[in-house]
Amino acid sequence: MIPAAAPAILAERGLADRLTAIFWRRPRLLLGILLAPPLIWLGLVYLGSLAALLLQSFYSIDEFSGVVKQEFTLKTYAELFRAQNLDIIIRTLLMSAAVTLGCAIIAFPIAYYAARFAKGRWKAVFYLGVMLPLWSSYLVKVYAWKLILAKEGIITWAADALHLSMVLNAVLSIPGIGGNSLSTSWIGTFLVFVYIWLPYMILPMQAALERVPNSMLEASADLGASRSQTFRTVVFPLALPGIIAGSIFTFSLTMGDYIIPQIVGTSARFIGLAVYQLQGTAGNIPLAAAFAVVPIVIMLLYLTVAKRMGAFDAL
Amino acid sequence: MSPAAPSPAAPSPAVEFRSVSRHFGPATAPVKAVDGVDLTIAEGSFFAMLGPSGSGKTTCLRLISGFEKPTAGSIRIFGQDVSDIPPNRRNVNTVFQDYALFPHMSVRDNVAYGLMVKGVDRRTRDDRAEEMLSLVKLDGYGDRKPAQLSGGQRQRVALARALVNEPRVLLLDEPLGALDLKLREAMQDELKTLQARLGITFIFVTHDQGEALSMADSLAVFNNGRIAQIGTPAQVYARPRTRFVADFVGSSNVLPPDVTRAFGGPAAWSSLRPEALRLTAPDGVALSGTVTTHRYLGAGNRVTVATQGTEISALVPAGQPLPETGATVGIAFDPAALHVMEGEG
Repeated sequence: MIPAAAPAILAERGLADRLTAIFWRRPRLLLGILLAPPLIWLGLVYLGSLAALLLQSFYSIDEFSGVVKQEFTLKTYAELFRAQNLDIIIRTLLMSAAVTLGCAIIAFPIAYYAARFAKGRWKAVFYLGVMLPLWSSYLVKVYAWKLILAKEGIITWAADALHLSMVLNAVLSIPGIGGNSLSTSWIGTFLVFVYIWLPYMILPMQAALERVPNSMLEASADLGASRSQTFRTVVFPLALPGIIAGSIFTFSLTMGDYIIPQIVGTSARFIGLAVYQLQGTAGNIPLAAAFAVVPIVIMLLYLTVAKRMGAFDAL
Repeated sequence: MSPAAPSPAAPSPAVEFRSVSRHFGPATAPVKAVDGVDLTIAEGSFFAMLGPSGSGKTTCLRLISGFEKPTAGSIRIFGQDVSDIPPNRRNVNTVFQDYALFPHMSVRDNVAYGLMVKGVDRRTRDDRAEEMLSLVKLDGYGDRKPAQLSGGQRQRVALARALVNEPRVLLLDEPLGALDLKLREAMQDELKTLQARLGITFIFVTHDQGEALSMADSLAVFNNGRIAQIGTPAQVYARPRTRFVADFVGSSNVLPPDVTRAFGGPAAWSSLRPEALRLTAPDGVALSGTVTTHRYLGAGNRVTVATQGTEISALVPAGQPLPETGATVGIAFDPAALHVMEGEG
């Protein structure tokens, strides 16, 4: 029974009710208040500094005085195409591509398992296992890898103990990517990059695979597809947005990194290292800026091609 | 529980279950999704698996398609044991409950998928896909993506896709569950026509008894992983074998033994259909009761009457006088309508 005296409209209980009423009458107001700070941050601080960077890259440096000439010129960009600079760009690109591919190949089974089979506690174990390495310091991990890969490190030791030194030496003698030891070879740089960026590939991949309903795989098998046909025509295309998202991380993180190539590998320069040195010791801000624009352009090209190829059709 | 014995010269049935079980979970305390099912489905029939959710009907369907493996027993499709045959090599196709259309492919590519994985060339399979689309009345929709279709259209695409391989058995998992009432009735008629035209065996799973009764040639009622009854819709409706079937198929009055006796039958559980009951004036009849509730059904009213310590429902067709709540009424029925059941559960 409802008492007859119950009012149709309840009394306002204070500020919270008043604000709720205001936001109810003007639904966009709250959205605006919530979005303004990040938009201001993104607009001013991030896009602003990006614009400043872009601007710098169109300046040039006076070769004698070392002073930045604030005149628009494409001279600095032309410098990127000098053999030694082009080498840096190509080397970085190849490494980024190799790391991305390596991450994708290693990440896929892990992500697939986590998305399809891991339930409850195992899912928690998966997330913990993937995220745990992210909790420790990046430098600690890189130096740990340097020790692991060193000539006196555990890999050489284990290869000796297992009488597999021949295999290790054979791998190290591959021209171009081999070297004196794993920690001074391209293989070493590659391995450390793959390890460090792997979580950034696994997580988006797993999220994409999780959205593929089981019935879709069953439908494919039901219609006569073998496992590999199902993978090629259903699983892979549907996971592609996740793979692309992951590869954006691994690709751009590798392109921008300037610490790993310094610690592990042949100490040949990468884009990140070039930018670091040019803006620091060399004081060539315009060329540093031009170098910094390269990864941005490459990523834009990459995304355009991916979109053309229909990578985002399943989104 | 055992299916009707096949006539001597009968060809091998489309699908045959021989004491098939499918258990989930640990062997010590298994969940018996399917528990010792024997089943024979004749070729060319429109067979319904009816039951509440969790009764094992969908698992049975998945056992036929190969997405589940039996824990015990054997399954034969057209006489051949399929225990070791993976889904992609079984000549049966499925219309999935959620349709499971591939979102990244056009409608045409979805329908042609079965031919594509067989290596049929593009032109031939596109032509076939168009034929299938026109079979389900979706001519001209080939270039669209599944997301651009309505629920009913997606359902048809799923149907066309499942039929493109010309399967010998088509499995339908709650095919009409996601459609609204009008569309569902239209699709029921269409499926029935399609099945008659193609002549292939349709096996469909549903929890909707009306759907099962109106579409199927024969049906199996599932309960707790077992088959409670197999028969034609008329048999199952008129002569439910157990209380469960009587209750689940239609909305029968299930009478315990003492009430059955009061109603003039033996001391056994029985069922009495609401439409078999007539409410009369209370004088001069053996049975009477008090009207407790009415429920308006459009074509009539369902009236609940308290009698003999229980409540029974009677269907009063529209246009006939409706006794008021609290009124005393006489209860009359044709004694032949009182169906005594053999089973309990």
